[in-house]
Amino acid sequence: MSSVTRVVLAEDEVLLREGLVGLLTRFGFEVCAAVGSAPELVDAVGAHRPDLVVTDIRMPPGRHDDGLRAAVALRAEWPELAVVVLSQYVQTAYASALLDSGDGRRVGYLLKDRVAEVAEFVDHLRTVVGGGTVIDPDVVRRLLHRPGDPLAALSPREREVLTLIAEGRSNASIAGRLHVTEAAVGKHVGNILTKLGLLPSDDTNRRVLAVLTYLRATP
Amino acid sequence: MAAAGWAGVRAATSVDGMTTAPPTHLAAALRRPGYLITAWPWRALAYLVTTTPVAGVLAVGLLVIVAPLTASFRSLQWGGPPPSTPLVVFLVVAGSAVVGLAPVVGVAVAALERWRLGLVDDRPVPAPVWRGVAARWSTAAGWREAGYTVWLATVVPAAYWLVLLLVALDVMLVVSPIAAGTADDVIVAWATVDTPRQATPYAVVGVLLVPVLWYGLGLLAAAQAAVARRLLGRTGDETALREVSRSRTRLASAYENERRRIERDVHDGAQPRLTSLSLQLGLARLDVPEDSPAARPLAVAHEQARGLMVLLRQIVQGIRPQSLAELGLAGAVGELAGESTVPVTVHADLDGPLPELTETTAYFVVSEALSNVARHADASRAQVRLTRERSTLVVEISDDGHGGADPGRGTGLAGLADRVAAANGRLLLASPAGGPTLVRVELPCRP
Repeated sequence: MSSVTRVVLAEDEVLLREGLVGLLTRFGFEVCAAVGSAPELVDAVGAHRPDLVVTDIRMPPGRHDDGLRAAVALRAEWPELAVVVLSQYVQTAYASALLDSGDGRRVGYLLKDRVAEVAEFVDHLRTVVGGGTVIDPDVVRRLLHRPGDPLAALSPREREVLTLIAEGRSNASIAGRLHVTEAAVGKHVGNILTKLGLLPSDDTNRRVLAVLTYLRATP
Repeated sequence: MAAAGWAGVRAATSVDGMTTAPPTHLAAALRRPGYLITAWPWRALAYLVTTTPVAGVLAVGLLVIVAPLTASFRSLQWGGPPPSTPLVVFLVVAGSAVVGLAPVVGVAVAALERWRLGLVDDRPVPAPVWRGVAARWSTAAGWREAGYTVWLATVVPAAYWLVLLLVALDVMLVVSPIAAGTADDVIVAWATVDTPRQATPYAVVGVLLVPVLWYGLGLLAAAQAAVARRLLGRTGDETALREVSRSRTRLASAYENERRRIERDVHDGAQPRLTSLSLQLGLARLDVPEDSPAARPLAVAHEQARGLMVLLRQIVQGIRPQSLAELGLAGAVGELAGESTVPVTVHADLDGPLPELTETTAYFVVSEALSNVARHADASRAQVRLTRERSTLVVEISDDGHGGADPGRGTGLAGLADRVAAANGRLLLASPAGGPTLVRVELPCRP
């Protein structure tokens, strides 16, 4: 991978598209193309072969889930392509579709609101480009909302840690966020994985995938 | 399933249970104790007496035509001479006139009878709207009034003769002692009496029969009034009602389209711009040093913009569910099921697009029904089925809870039924005490 991350951006609203271009450029990404529809996105990726695609879901021509369909199709064609999908409102079904594309790595699914937290948003993009998986806390919160499964066994603190794991965070990052020691986080993570019957792992991304696979598989 | 007892859910509750209010019409008054000492028997009598001239005129008019017809028919039957040509012409013309003019004559008769109905019925009798002479022959209302006129000229006089006979018989019984005192061998009903003493038992029976007859007159009047109300009281054809129902659905559909337009405008216009604004504020904060006087107001503005994004998202969600806009009905119901606190399985068998209004109504039905399941049913699992049966979308939500769902107890079912009715569909509920509960909604797939 080249030192500069090359990005193709798809967002149909012009002001937001320009804002995102400004943000990406400022943080050292190279924006090869910024387009406003799903077919243009597919064409631009074919033409520029970027490292990362950032796309809106509801876009022309259909204005339904065109962006997501394009993203899943692109992932099938280029499994190494990192894709971050943004939407105004999160659906757990979209998270599933993305995680099912390729090996579930290098994907991100975030609420559009997250772009306002500029630095954090850029961190998420870098995590995904680096091979990680980022799922919006809103999706995880909804999955955690369901009772009657082993998730009920998790303590509030463990649920909090689980949500942060799903964002693709490392133990150190979680520790910083919760103002506890890294060792304490490690203990929480161990407990979560044990309670959910998953094999412990040091790899942040494998943890995310394991947890999400588990969450999705539970009715 | 059918044995569980389907009940159509109605929003309005019946007020028939009220018994303290005074009766509004004769039939209701007849069922009350003390009927004989109210004004109602007298009103019934007034109705019957005023019927006589109307029915009499009509009966005589009909007789003028029917009598020669019967006579010539008889004559033919007994091998007599064929009727004369002028008579045949008269019969054909008059017969056609009766059938042809009955709907027109019916207008006047119906107007008079509607007014006279007020004697025994305080409820208003809505008259059909006048749609011109031609409509008399082409509408059901016109022919119903014609039918009433014929009924008034035939059945009513016959019934009145019978009643009159009974009244005369009773009068004879009552006056028999007086008659026996002044004449010999007076015939009373079926026997012959000679002295007032012999006649007394007949007089007693006659007097005892007076209240029975008094009731009988009331019954006769009530029966006649019921027929009159049934034939004259309809405001028009069922097509008018269908049109109202269709126009309600059109209105609901127009509202739905409007909601969709607003949702799209906010989603495509306002939301991304607000996101863009929040993004710009976020970028600006990076460049403003923490100790700068602008840092604090900028942070506040950024915070407020982000709060507004959440608020706007909730507003849009209330206007039209985003999941429905993006995923379609089956996908959106899947999202609802995923968020439910009770495990829900979804079976969706849908192909092709659904009308906007049907889709949204179905979504809200599932949403409301599932939240009822979670709140009231005490269920361990629920199931949602979406199927298309020809031109109908069938939505079924079942649970294994304790049942006993009652639309009257504010579980939102009544509101749901209204919503379904506005979409020209219907809601059926089976929820016996002890469960299980099944809500079935049928919605049209073609607008």
